[in-house]
Amino acid sequence: MKDMKTPIAKVRGLGSAKGGTHHWLTHRVTAIANIPLVIFFVVSFVGNAGKGHAEWVAWLKQPIASVLMILFVANMVYHMRLGLQVLIEDYVYDPGTKFASMIALTFSCVLIAALSIFSILRIAFGG
Amino acid sequence: MAQANRPLSPHLQVYRWAAPMAVSIIHRATGSALAFGAILLTWWLVALATGHDYFSIVQDYAGSWMGRLVLFGITFSLMQHLASGIRHLFMDMGRLYDLKINALTAKSTFVFSIVATLGIWYAAYKVMGVL
Repeated sequence: MKDMKTPIAKVRGLGSAKGGTHHWLTHRVTAIANIPLVIFFVVSFVGNAGKGHAEWVAWLKQPIASVLMILFVANMVYHMRLGLQVLIEDYVYDPGTKFASMIALTFSCVLIAALSIFSILRIAFGG
Repeated sequence: MAQANRPLSPHLQVYRWAAPMAVSIIHRATGSALAFGAILLTWWLVALATGHDYFSIVQDYAGSWMGRLVLFGITFSLMQHLASGIRHLFMDMGRLYDLKINALTAKSTFVFSIVATLGIWYAAYKVMGVL
């Protein structure tokens, strides 16, 4: 490929993708929401340490526990999606690999959230 | 990479290790470790919803020597990521840029995460009646 343009000349004037501020702010908002949710998560798991299946199900069936666990999973996975996106942008140089990594990341995060939230709901509504 | 022979800006190896730099790097490392933790949490939740027998298998993995080591590492990652994340939120508001305060808060995140991790595991063993 014969291209006399320098890299800076190629991007000059094109502007940003216009998504950076939203990404940055959402990362911070989910970080703040994670503080109380992580405290809830840690306190709950320490408090139920060593319990068996029936006791864990009984705990998770409580409306407060179900809802806070769903919020924790949703917020944490969203925060994780934003953070790992930055890692891919920083460390994956090849555009094709970068694109594939981004798609794989997004699909994985949706799968993790869906599996977790479905499991919580199944326990919450189960007989 | 259009011009491969161009000089690059200095990278990690030219800098002396200091607490603020270590905290920043470890923030990324612990964040990545926690992504693995999220997969484990999903596995655990799916097991809980699947039923008693499969849940027991997962609990046996978690309670094994290796399982406990991994969970201990994830606990530390969570506490370290939490502490340095809160420090970053203050820096996002323009605070903690005084060099001495910056280094002090960087070191404090490690003190917090080590104490919190040990405290969490002590409490968990207390609840289980092991201690």
